[in-house]
Amino acid sequence: MAQEQVVEKKVRTKRERPQKVEKKVKKEIDPDSLSNIFKKGIFKENALFISLLGLCPALAVTNSFESALGMALLVLIILIITNIIISAIRKFIADEIRIPIYIVIIATVVTSFQMLVQAFLPELYSTLGVFIALITVNCIILGRAEAFASKNSVVKSIFDGLGVGIGFGGAIILIGFVREFFGSGTIVIGKIFTFIPEFSVIPYKEGSAVPNYFFQVLQTAPGAFIVMGLLLGLFVFIGQKRGAKR
Amino acid sequence: MIEILKIFIDSMLVNNIVLLGFLGICSFLGVSTKTKNAAGMSAAVVVVMIVSVLVTWPLYEFVLKPAGISYIQTIAFILVIASVVQIIEMFIKKSSPGLYAGLGIFLPLITTNCAILGTAIKVTEYTNFGHVMAATIGTALGYALAMIIFSAIRERLIKNDVPKSFQGVPIALITAGIMAFAFTGLAGLI
Repeated sequence: MAQEQVVEKKVRTKRERPQKVEKKVKKEIDPDSLSNIFKKGIFKENALFISLLGLCPALAVTNSFESALGMALLVLIILIITNIIISAIRKFIADEIRIPIYIVIIATVVTSFQMLVQAFLPELYSTLGVFIALITVNCIILGRAEAFASKNSVVKSIFDGLGVGIGFGGAIILIGFVREFFGSGTIVIGKIFTFIPEFSVIPYKEGSAVPNYFFQVLQTAPGAFIVMGLLLGLFVFIGQKRGAKR
Repeated sequence: MIEILKIFIDSMLVNNIVLLGFLGICSFLGVSTKTKNAAGMSAAVVVVMIVSVLVTWPLYEFVLKPAGISYIQTIAFILVIASVVQIIEMFIKKSSPGLYAGLGIFLPLITTNCAILGTAIKVTEYTNFGHVMAATIGTALGYALAMIIFSAIRERLIKNDVPKSFQGVPIALITAGIMAFAFTGLAGLI
């Protein structure tokens, strides 16, 4: 009997060991860790391509690489600031009227940035137009306020804002790149951010012997829908391939 | 009179708010899977847009502009829209429960529909009340038109054999692109 018990104990310890290892592995990718919050916003829960939020600016201001970059930076900064404010005052907000409070905070931050852009980057202001003011009703910002910043600490909210902002910004910069590159055959930088001297990343010579293969339609309104649809289909396709491999 | 008609057709067809102005895309893609829902959402948007502009435009023209504080228009307008949505919701709930059952779920969504705020901001460029109303009603009907046509196409799309990775939203976006091509063809109307 005693021998059997010893054997049982050994078996138990052997069985327990791999479980402990598994637990350690799980702890290492803690879903609440800062790096994980940051990464989740960029890839796994990408606001544009996965959650389909913020489609209006993604289609409207992406006809050139640079205007998409301007929009991406604005959304990133505004998202981080509203996340900080809302998570800092989350304990003082009455639950029933939280949405109107969030909207007023967001509208205030957006208005301040609208005035800053108008003063220091007038070209960006005239290119983005009404869409700067419309960041107020961008579902991403209100969505992060409601789903994350209202429940988490300031530091976590900063990383969440960074992740989601970079995820969305990267996505619209990609659309802007595709639309300008295939729509005009070149990428021009310095037209909107006037403090940089104007230059084109891919030189384009007019009247060169090589025919210029580009589709001007991609920079118009219908092109926005089509590029967005094709990119989205491509990402779904990649996701399905990766899912099948696993 | 001709000027008003011009503005009306321009904001409804030539510069359609959804397909060529990229406002209200979220609801355009989100609520357009069934024609019935699309019609409900369009009706709610038409009502809220017209009522909101009836408040925001005088507010801008007679209060904010003379006081020199037109830069707070975004904050003021979003508060007006949120209140208008709330009031309309209460009014419909009390007066016609049948309509409330149809529109009710769409009304709270409208506060964050950028089509309303975008139109409220855009019409501040007009100084004539007739022109403002022509632009607003035209924009609202343009939204309803695009929404209902698109939902009818999407109902048929479901039955088609679409590549697996393009099912759902990607093919809907490409469809919207083709619709936008059709609407650019109307540019010669005025």
